[in-house]
Amino acid sequence: MEATIAGQIIDLNNEGYLTDLNQWNKEVAAQIAQEEGIELTDGHWPVLEYLQEQYRNEVPLSIRKVGKSGVVDIKQFYALFPGGPLKKASRIAGIPKPASCI
Amino acid sequence: MKDLVILGAGTAGTMMSNHLAKRLPNDWRIRIVDQRKIHHYQPGYLFIPFGTYKEEDIIKPIQQFIPERAEYIQQSILKVDAEHNRVYLEDSRVLDYDVLIIATGTDIAPEEIDGMMGDHWHKSVFDFYTLDGAVKLHEKLENWKGGHLAVHITEMPIKCPVAPLEFTFLADAYFEQRGIRDKVKISFVTPMDGAFTKPVASAHLGHLLEEKGIEVVPNFNIMSLDGERKVITDYEGKEVSYDLLVTIPTNKGADYVERSGLGDELNFIPTHKGTLQSKAKENIFVIGDATNLPASKAGSVAHFEGEILLENIMRYINGKELLDEFDGHANCFVETGHGKALLIDFNYTHQPVSGTFPIPGVGPLNLLKESRMNHMGKMAFKWIYWNMLITGKHIPFVSSKMNEAGKNVEEANV
Repeated sequence: MEATIAGQIIDLNNEGYLTDLNQWNKEVAAQIAQEEGIELTDGHWPVLEYLQEQYRNEVPLSIRKVGKSGVVDIKQFYALFPGGPLKKASRIAGIPKPASCI
Repeated sequence: MKDLVILGAGTAGTMMSNHLAKRLPNDWRIRIVDQRKIHHYQPGYLFIPFGTYKEEDIIKPIQQFIPERAEYIQQSILKVDAEHNRVYLEDSRVLDYDVLIIATGTDIAPEEIDGMMGDHWHKSVFDFYTLDGAVKLHEKLENWKGGHLAVHITEMPIKCPVAPLEFTFLADAYFEQRGIRDKVKISFVTPMDGAFTKPVASAHLGHLLEEKGIEVVPNFNIMSLDGERKVITDYEGKEVSYDLLVTIPTNKGADYVERSGLGDELNFIPTHKGTLQSKAKENIFVIGDATNLPASKAGSVAHFEGEILLENIMRYINGKELLDEFDGHANCFVETGHGKALLIDFNYTHQPVSGTFPIPGVGPLNLLKESRMNHMGKMAFKWIYWNMLITGKHIPFVSSKMNEAGKNVEEANV
């Protein structure tokens, strides 16, 4: 489905995740973050960029992986994206939700 | 004489030794290394806690499945020196290779979580991803009078991602059969946002949890376990208390992978997802749970990878371009209890949907729907595993690439 986010037409799946990372930009991220109740700060961007880079390299993500990335530790990750950090950060970063096979 | 070495004689390694024994030219020697003597039918672990299978039902000697042409070396692996094409073994033997296949899979690493190991291990905290854990859990369940059973996933990725859910469903049925279901509270504790994470599966199957009275605790990323208080705590300070915890600990690749500098932070090996060639070196290929691919860690995936890997190794030794064709295909039976099961069929890009399998429009198996026939399929699979899958025989009607025919693929377009 399509939605207008930050004045742009964006393709989303039914859970509100971008289906095309190319449509992502910082304004889109900021608005999605607001929907998640998060005000993006300087601390958030390096995390989002790290997630996108991993996604582009097709590396499956986990909380631990983010914690070991050197970008943030797990506690900081939770502080930046409270209540399901990987799920929320992935949505804001424009990449798919971490999921199992079923 | 040229040398091909396979590391690991589990599902993927044994299967590849059989495939290659039939295809490699005679001037190639095949050697396969594993520290163990016994091959475990790992899908059987799930049934051991409930007494459906006993230990002796799911084990056979490794050697029985290694082709005559291959040499089996029972030894621990110390290190791979990828630069010099060498494998070092614990008994100081050195194996030189022209082509290396890594198939050493994944194992549980409960020590990764603070407090998970301790006096309570295999007393009130259990795994069922090892034969030992599954057998001890069976002894525990037989004498258990009831209380709070929490089934818990530490973190992804794990081997057979549906097994925790299957265990939960089978536990519900088991306690019902024993007449103590009303004395047991069952929770499913997961780091993901639900027990089902794919929209179509969730829509078809979400009702199962409610019907069976299973409480789901989502978004729980465990930080520590307190064995004395019988409490697990997540990074936000949320707590879940238990009387009996059945956990899927962190899954990691083999230790020698780390010593060889070939793995990621969980010792899984960066691998090209279509060709199965390692990213580290052209003459190293990786198959099964040992890869870092965004496919499920499951025997069916190793099976489908096997056909493409065989082709690619033949191409590699003949200097031809590799096929970039593995599509992440997986096919898994999912036990739901009371003699029923589901079947799911999916790949990198297609989530599980409903339909018929393996013959489009006919079945006899149903996708994403409970049936007795699916359960019979799951139980019959043990024979297929020993007699066809690891011996490298083709399984009729089941192709390595996922087939869209017979599937309601439009369900995913929402």
